[in-house]
Amino acid sequence: MTDWETVVGLECHVELSTATKMFCGCANVFGAPPNTNVCPVCLGHPGTLPVANRRAVEHTITIGLALGCSIAERSLFHRKNYFYPDMPKNFQISQYDLPLCTAGTLEVQVEGEARSIGVHRVHLEEDTGKTTHAGSTGRIAEAEYALEDYNRAGVPLVEIVSEPDVRAPEEARAYLTELRQILETLGVSDVRMEEGSLRCDANVSLRERGTDELGTKVEIKNMNSIRSVERAIRYEAERQAKALEAGETIVQETRHWDENEGVTKSLRSKEYAFDYRYFPEPDLQPLEPSTEWVEDLRKALPELPAVRRARFAKTYDLPADVAAQLADGELASLFEAAIVRADGLAPRMIANWLTQNVAGIRNETGLSLEDLHAQLDTIVEVIKLVDAESISSLAGKEVLEEALKAKRQPLEIVEERGLKQVSDSAELLRVIDAVLSENPAQAEQFRGGKEGVIGFLVGRVMKATGGSANPKEAQRLLRERLRA
Amino acid sequence: MPVEIDVDHVARLARLALTDDERERFRAQLGLILEHAERVTEVAAEDVPPTAHPLPRANVFREDVPEPGLSHELALSTAPQAEDGRFRVPRITEVE
Amino acid sequence: MADLCDLPAHALTERIASGEITASEVAESCLARIEAVDERLGAFLTVTADLAREQAASAGASAGGVGGIPLALKDVLATKGIRTTCGSRILEPYVPPYDCTAWERLQAAGSVLLGKTNCDEFAMGSSTENSAFHPTRNPWDLDRVPGGSSGGSAAAVASGEAVWALGTDTGGSVRQPASLCGIVGLKPTYGLVSRYGLIAFASSLDHVSTFTRDVRDAATLLSGIAGHDPRDSTSLPEPVPDYSAGLDDGVRGLRVGVVESWLSGEGVEPGVAASVREGAERFARLGAEVDTVELPNAEYALSAYYLIAPAECSSNLARYDGVRYGHRAPDAADVVEMNMRTRGEGFGDEVKRRIMLGTYALSAGYYDAYYGQAQKVRTLVIRDFAAAYERFDLLLSPTSPTVAFKLGEKTENPLAMYLADVFTIPADLAGIPAISIPSGLSDGLPVGLQLMGRALDEATVLRAAWAFEQDLGFSDRPPLLQELPA
Repeated sequence: MTDWETVVGLECHVELSTATKMFCGCANVFGAPPNTNVCPVCLGHPGTLPVANRRAVEHTITIGLALGCSIAERSLFHRKNYFYPDMPKNFQISQYDLPLCTAGTLEVQVEGEARSIGVHRVHLEEDTGKTTHAGSTGRIAEAEYALEDYNRAGVPLVEIVSEPDVRAPEEARAYLTELRQILETLGVSDVRMEEGSLRCDANVSLRERGTDELGTKVEIKNMNSIRSVERAIRYEAERQAKALEAGETIVQETRHWDENEGVTKSLRSKEYAFDYRYFPEPDLQPLEPSTEWVEDLRKALPELPAVRRARFAKTYDLPADVAAQLADGELASLFEAAIVRADGLAPRMIANWLTQNVAGIRNETGLSLEDLHAQLDTIVEVIKLVDAESISSLAGKEVLEEALKAKRQPLEIVEERGLKQVSDSAELLRVIDAVLSENPAQAEQFRGGKEGVIGFLVGRVMKATGGSANPKEAQRLLRERLRA
Repeated sequence: MPVEIDVDHVARLARLALTDDERERFRAQLGLILEHAERVTEVAAEDVPPTAHPLPRANVFREDVPEPGLSHELALSTAPQAEDGRFRVPRITEVE
Repeated sequence: MADLCDLPAHALTERIASGEITASEVAESCLARIEAVDERLGAFLTVTADLAREQAASAGASAGGVGGIPLALKDVLATKGIRTTCGSRILEPYVPPYDCTAWERLQAAGSVLLGKTNCDEFAMGSSTENSAFHPTRNPWDLDRVPGGSSGGSAAAVASGEAVWALGTDTGGSVRQPASLCGIVGLKPTYGLVSRYGLIAFASSLDHVSTFTRDVRDAATLLSGIAGHDPRDSTSLPEPVPDYSAGLDDGVRGLRVGVVESWLSGEGVEPGVAASVREGAERFARLGAEVDTVELPNAEYALSAYYLIAPAECSSNLARYDGVRYGHRAPDAADVVEMNMRTRGEGFGDEVKRRIMLGTYALSAGYYDAYYGQAQKVRTLVIRDFAAAYERFDLLLSPTSPTVAFKLGEKTENPLAMYLADVFTIPADLAGIPAISIPSGLSDGLPVGLQLMGRALDEATVLRAAWAFEQDLGFSDRPPLLQELPA
């Protein structure tokens, strides 16, 4: 068997979360009733003209900067000409040989190893409308007719094309996960694959390991999650390997991923070569981003995920996985705010509380991030109570949940529920003496060297105090007494 | 020399159904027009930049501020066929 | 004694403002003229008589304004709620849901709309014979064409059906019919008038342009439509001057370059050449410095134009697919068949030819040789003009090589028809202002003289044209009008 190397290039389409569409003032929102966010421009009415959305151009440059791209001094919109009923003008305003951003890289971690994936280009275009194939079976080939909704037509769409640097399905997943994280951090897109605001196609080919030449590539479409992309690439690489082993040649084609069957399927579209007849869009002017403009956008870049992860790990002395979980998650800002307020608390303790307890409570209660920020003092106070051993860790969780839900003072709940730990020696010793006199046999066993019995005795102390004893302190005092 | 063009291929790209008569007429006429148009290739212009706009400007934008569009009814008022608030078209057999 | 509809707008404005006449009387005069002659002329596709009466009733007029003056619009300019066909079957049922910017501005200033005028389908043609509905005839000779593509607007203004009109000029579609109909046609600088709502033929060449009785009216109407429009990315942000202000300053000291090779070239009718040469001499007599000028690359302009314009057209007209508006072929088995039949039935010959031509010029393997090279030649044409304007303030030439030709004379030979635009195309490629003004008659038919100016220097073009017009005193009227009952 030949040792095949998988070569993958990824093309991602990202819908920008601008207020309006790319070339008209229609609202850019998901899920509105069909054809309610449309105007003469995005319906392609005769005589209408496009005017570029400044923010969409800025978002594109921002994405390019975050991916380490060069920003073009001069960039053009072109028309990509082809007929499809979801495209109102029967051409798509896109970019061709002068995209806004080129030659970037994306660093990813795959099984603990760093990999660098080249970003070939980032360009700006307009999205198409949405076609619904109507008919008895729901299959395109058997549909009786189709319906067009142009709400999405003209939504700004950024295409991010990687170099064919991806070598494994896991790398594709890592690339997409990291890209999504970056886009989310930049705040330029909702990046929801299930809503189509992030879409990804994969170009997959095989070659004999050690050779440089690229094999015939197959384009895979229709994957609606990062996991699907990974599965589709794995399937397609295996399919191609089998075909090549069987002496077949790979046909350059587009295949659809079938999520249910877990296979890629040839579209067998009519034999027809596309000829997009690109030419510069005469209704739009060139983009010439000034150095000043680009530098302003660079300065406004937020901290990128990889940088934040490294900073969390280093500054707060967190294990890499906890640092990544916090840095990439929605609670990162809460964590940093808590650190500022919680003088003296170990960052690791705050990190654990946030990733375990706060995240859990949030899932159960549906509290928003804003709610949590508003109750940051409460969160910090509870962690401090546990840290000071005023309440147990378990009680702390209970108090936090109640405090966040009912917006109450933690101490009030501690009092009300009698959760305060008894650490006062005199009070504890009174209970301990009573326990020891009630359980002379166990006390004797301990003194005889069977120290395991201490657990039983601590349990009796806890029971006698109704759970409010500080178990650590109780044990320390028990040992003192038994050795006396 | 009149230019020979593949009329069927071009008509297909342009989505134009042509009659036999049109096909023949256009083949001859377009050949002659292109022969004339080809005179541009006589001009030495290797180092000349192309002009896309007679008076070029750059960075013409609109701000990202919503404006009212068409009412749903007006949007569909021109549709040759509509259904469920959408534009209806015959079945699509080609996939882009 | 001329009817109200035969007067220039500035004369009407004065009389309306003084209370001597009303805007309604002017509108009625135009509507009566339409009633009297349009069956023979075929200038209009849609007459909006009710709207005109309504607008006239509420219109005021002030000197130098457009208020109260009846206007016709070429049917490629989108008008909300008023059918707009582009002279094409494919848009026969189309009622736009919005107004073009030019009409929106005129409407806001109290302009009165008489209707939509006939044109070559999607403005492609030089005779208005390519209208899907009917040809328009020249008021000077009903057997002859009014020129095109804006022939309906030209015939309407020449015959008194409208006081003035808007057309569009992509390769000469306003100046050439103005020339053939004996009126004034002004194509302004590219970007001076918004193209929003001008149903595109070739985006980088399309200009909303004016037809008027005289040059003073051209200045007024241009002022009414010029100026930056945020809905058109190619609209220029420069402030618009008052074009009427310096009209009377004369031409003394102006340097006028006569494009000699055009005048002496084959294909120019002797009567046209003679009239234009006389025009050049008149400028000299009026105090201008007149000399000859060459535009060496202009001979390639026509070839470049017939690559650039069809290429843009092939893309601009792709939207007529039977999905969202306009004509749809019935009973198609699938969407591709529906598209192909809709377009096959909906477009006429000339439009199909140009779509095919442009599709071919842009297709894989031909782009660089055709479209790319044509855009470079466009640059050279622009450079020729720039060099000429170092020596001259204005360039002078015939507008069209011929006077109005007979209907059917050129319909079988597209190339011969294209040559009608040979002198007007260069100014469209360069985006510079150019005007056609009557310079006299040749065998009883009007000849047009073209003046081309620097970009955004409409003021000089208008000033020189006005001086010429005043001195010439061209007052001939189409014979058709003399036959009308008093």
